[in-house]
Amino acid sequence: MNYNLMREFADSWGLVAMALFFAGASVFVLRPGSRKLADEAARIPLQDE
Amino acid sequence: MKFGTAIVVVGFFAFAALVAAGFGIDGPFRQHMGVLSFALIAFIGILLRNSEFKPAAPIGPSAYMDGPIRYGAIATMFWGVVGMLVGVVIALQLAYPDLNVQPWFNFGRLRPLHTSGVVFAFGGNALLCTSLYVVQRTCRARLFGGDLAWFVFWGYQLFIVMAATGYLLGITESREYAEPEWYVDIWLTIVWVAYLILFLGTILKRKEPHIYVANWFYLSFIVTIAMLHVVNNLSMPVSLLGSKSYSAFSGVQDALTQWWYGHNAVGFFLTAGFLGMMYYFVPKQANRPVYSYRLSIIHFWALIFLYIWAGPHHLHFTALPDWAQTLGMVFSIMLWMPSWGGMINGLMTLSGAWDKLRTDPIIRMMVMAVAFYGMSTFEGPVMAIKAVNSLSHYTDWTIGHVHSGALGWVGMISFGAIYYMVPKLWNRNRLYSLRLVTWHFWLATLGIVVYAAAMWVSGITQGLMWREYDGQGFLVYSFAETVAAMRPYYVMRAIGGAMYLSGALIMAWNIAMTILGHQREERPMSGAPPVLQPAREPNQWA
Repeated sequence: MNYNLMREFADSWGLVAMALFFAGASVFVLRPGSRKLADEAARIPLQDE
Repeated sequence: MKFGTAIVVVGFFAFAALVAAGFGIDGPFRQHMGVLSFALIAFIGILLRNSEFKPAAPIGPSAYMDGPIRYGAIATMFWGVVGMLVGVVIALQLAYPDLNVQPWFNFGRLRPLHTSGVVFAFGGNALLCTSLYVVQRTCRARLFGGDLAWFVFWGYQLFIVMAATGYLLGITESREYAEPEWYVDIWLTIVWVAYLILFLGTILKRKEPHIYVANWFYLSFIVTIAMLHVVNNLSMPVSLLGSKSYSAFSGVQDALTQWWYGHNAVGFFLTAGFLGMMYYFVPKQANRPVYSYRLSIIHFWALIFLYIWAGPHHLHFTALPDWAQTLGMVFSIMLWMPSWGGMINGLMTLSGAWDKLRTDPIIRMMVMAVAFYGMSTFEGPVMAIKAVNSLSHYTDWTIGHVHSGALGWVGMISFGAIYYMVPKLWNRNRLYSLRLVTWHFWLATLGIVVYAAAMWVSGITQGLMWREYDGQGFLVYSFAETVAAMRPYYVMRAIGGAMYLSGALIMAWNIAMTILGHQREERPMSGAPPVLQPAREPNQWA
């Protein structure tokens, strides 16, 4: 494994994988029906003490 | 016997340090090991005085473990004052060079003491104690691993003492924000892995099904700092009994490694960790849920994916390949999106409760912190643009930018969190004095304004003077002339810093009195809800 191989991997498949992960995470967060769960999660700190 | 094992183990290491102090191959190493041995023996003294033979009282497994957090809050306050004091001293040294006391207290040795003191000692202790506070309360679980939290706390303090004394003795790796030598680095690695196990273990035994977003930020801070610290400090010691080591990298690779570390220390230590603080303490103090929880998740992932590539903007116009410089610049600009998304999320948490800004100086402090987060993360990407950087690089503008982030964002949000936590941790109804918090707020805010404004003017002056050519292509100013031109701004900077420090001293007094259980008799904050008045009848105006 040398510099060029790593560089090629980083700016092709590595980049695609990270971009897809980020897009997937964003879509998952905004999926229909997530608002109610998110509102519940947002109240976690306020339910204590 | 309470602390029995700890006393024996620490005693062994104190003896080993004493041996190393005798056999070290260079003077600074022998002195440093002497300091270590002394510190460990003093710690054994503390343990012996608090040791007892009666069996320990059983602890309910559901009760939160707040002992290390109380110690951490006090340590945050103590190191904060020390680090800021050293900052004011070195600011004065730049304005009045006679204040350089050779060799231990010259600017070169005190400067890393200031940066490590405020970043790792003040900021690090603030992150350590708030993360343990938040993770227990949002997971509804006691800290994992029994006395592991105490090991992490005291281990981290030992790291700070060794780093600080090492700088004064002249021991340094000369890597920005990572100056401690190899043996201190190894110790920090051990403590940090223990911290990771402690935090992750607590998350794994949580009773709340969802992991609250603040914990995501804290966890990303712990994991990333572990990775950055290990890679940046890969080095070969000259001798196991000597203080000197050589980096595994050389040339431009070493420079890139250092700034990959350096910028992500800003991104994950000074940003992600303190965002964790924001996502818990702002909703708590405002008593409202965060504005948009879904935005906070996107904020998290965007920050993670973008920050890690921004480091090369510290190496514009150097031997670093052009594509890497451009990559650093582009990712820095893209960082605007998560930064401002996070800032809006923090500020809008107060929507519908803006009146609290008048009545609650603690929320005012937190809002000012979030506002400074927005301002410094706007300024940073602008400075990362190559055209701007060609003027700002190596000038005081950079110092001003760092301080608007560090004093404004990191400092203010930590102060807010400590003000919130201390009455809760010691079971007090309220702080000793809210009016003193207002004093602290204004001293700190005005101090930052003076500091940042002086550094903007000084930095731009400096940058323009450095690149001023005459008609024949000669530089107009000698370097000494540019230094002399900075003098008034250096004095102003010291004044701004002194204002910020005096605010921190007021806070230390306020916190100490709160812990001791005093409450100051004072007029309640103005702007209490106005008394409702009946609507006027139209004929009253006649």
